[in-house]
Amino acid sequence: MNWQALSLALFGELHAIARTGDVIHGTAQLGPELTIAVVGTADHAAIGVETALAQAQFVLDTVVNHPGRPILLLVDTQGQRLRRRDELLGLNRYMAHLGCCVDFARRSGHRVVGLVYDQALSGGFITSGLMADACYALPEAEIRVMRIPAMSRVTKISEDLLEALSLTNPVFAPGVANYVAMGGIQALWSGDLKQDLLDALAATNTVDARATLGAERGGRALAARVVQQVLVA
Amino acid sequence: MNPHLSFAELNARERVIQLLDPGSFREMLGPAERIVSPHLSLLGVPYAFDDGVVIGSGLLQNQPVLIAAQEGRFMGGGVGEVHGAKLVGLLQRALQVRPAAVFVLAESGGVRLHEANAGLIAVSEVMRAVLDVRAAGIPVVMLIGGANGCFGGMGLIARCADHVVMSDQARMSMSGPEVIESSHGVEEFDSRDRALVWRTTGGKHRYLMGDCDWLVEDDLDAFRDVAIALLGQSKVLTLQSLLDEQRMLTDRLSQVGDCDEATEIWQHFGVQTPDRVADMDAEQLRALNASQVKGIS
Repeated sequence: MNWQALSLALFGELHAIARTGDVIHGTAQLGPELTIAVVGTADHAAIGVETALAQAQFVLDTVVNHPGRPILLLVDTQGQRLRRRDELLGLNRYMAHLGCCVDFARRSGHRVVGLVYDQALSGGFITSGLMADACYALPEAEIRVMRIPAMSRVTKISEDLLEALSLTNPVFAPGVANYVAMGGIQALWSGDLKQDLLDALAATNTVDARATLGAERGGRALAARVVQQVLVA
Repeated sequence: MNPHLSFAELNARERVIQLLDPGSFREMLGPAERIVSPHLSLLGVPYAFDDGVVIGSGLLQNQPVLIAAQEGRFMGGGVGEVHGAKLVGLLQRALQVRPAAVFVLAESGGVRLHEANAGLIAVSEVMRAVLDVRAAGIPVVMLIGGANGCFGGMGLIARCADHVVMSDQARMSMSGPEVIESSHGVEEFDSRDRALVWRTTGGKHRYLMGDCDWLVEDDLDAFRDVAIALLGQSKVLTLQSLLDEQRMLTDRLSQVGDCDEATEIWQHFGVQTPDRVADMDAEQLRALNASQVKGIS
């Protein structure tokens, strides 16, 4: 789904979301008294220094000018931009800054919800959707670090073995269902998207419960247990 | 104290033991407990009894600290499910016991591909846990000096910490040179050009840019001295500090965003002899920063 269709599905005509470069940003009305700030990227954007910085600016503007206003982070990214120039300028610092701004907004009383509406690859959404109170996805969204053939080349493990294991183990293979099973994605939005968003805003939880969720769903059996073991060690 | 000990040449456990007060390190979930990655054995890949990260508590200058060290010789320090959870657990423990600092000796290529989904989620969990500890006024300090550098998700985690310390041999960035070269070709980034790699990702460049706060020699005692100086030195993120960071990063883009080479950037910020930076040691770099560079951050 492209960002215009998504905006329409979420908000009808009641939105003022615009696009500047790869970044989409604006506000929408969820009710007479409820405005939501919306920021993210479009068309499988590569997250470079400008893209990260523009999103951070929007989040900070919202914190400064509209305290408490909920924020929706829209994710469609091919991953971080793979250019020497971005690394020279310190891409990890720009991306981490975005993550710190999202985290600060949460701590300051903004409910923050992420939505992967098209694709989320590799490190591109670690500092946006994955830093929200909770991150959701559309069922047709694509989430992955690496496709199996590429993974096979890098790890020197046969494609056949990887394919076979991917049927039962969600830990490495692409797919939004795997991220749900592991607790990284809270749930899929497949009905009335606006209602899904309202429900998500009502349910947000400022404690990071993803490891526990992953254990309950059977997709990530160990993480929560290991955290607990360290706490009592 | 010690005769010169290269930080880079020690393994993760040796670094921890040498950094802390003698005999004070108590490891948690150590190799004897054999809490290993179940995913690696399914793939027929060797696993490690500590999943490539050493965690525990100890004393530094008689003050209680928590500490983690990634083992770069095991899967490049890659973050998998157990590895990431050990880091999260240690950080959550810090909220309970309130140490004088949490030290993370980072050496990692980022997400471990063999458990990529778990690793990706774990990186964001570690980031949030770091920011929880930071918000509680407990300093999180990244010490980066291993041969494998600090890349990908660990590069993001590093920049969430209160302080970043690097050796002049260390590297930190988002994507490694090999990844960029395989994506856009050798003309974009020649990963075998060591000088170019160091100018782009190395400790000296990061220090002159202000992306790391301290630059030291590849020497265990040099890391220890800085670690002691940072005990209790919390830098809580505030709206003002984030606005300042936003302004600095915006200025950096407008001032040096078109530069193709680190040497141009250094020159822009007042380094009069950028061609000599490669030959300088950490002490000379620190002097240069104090005398010439006009404050990038």
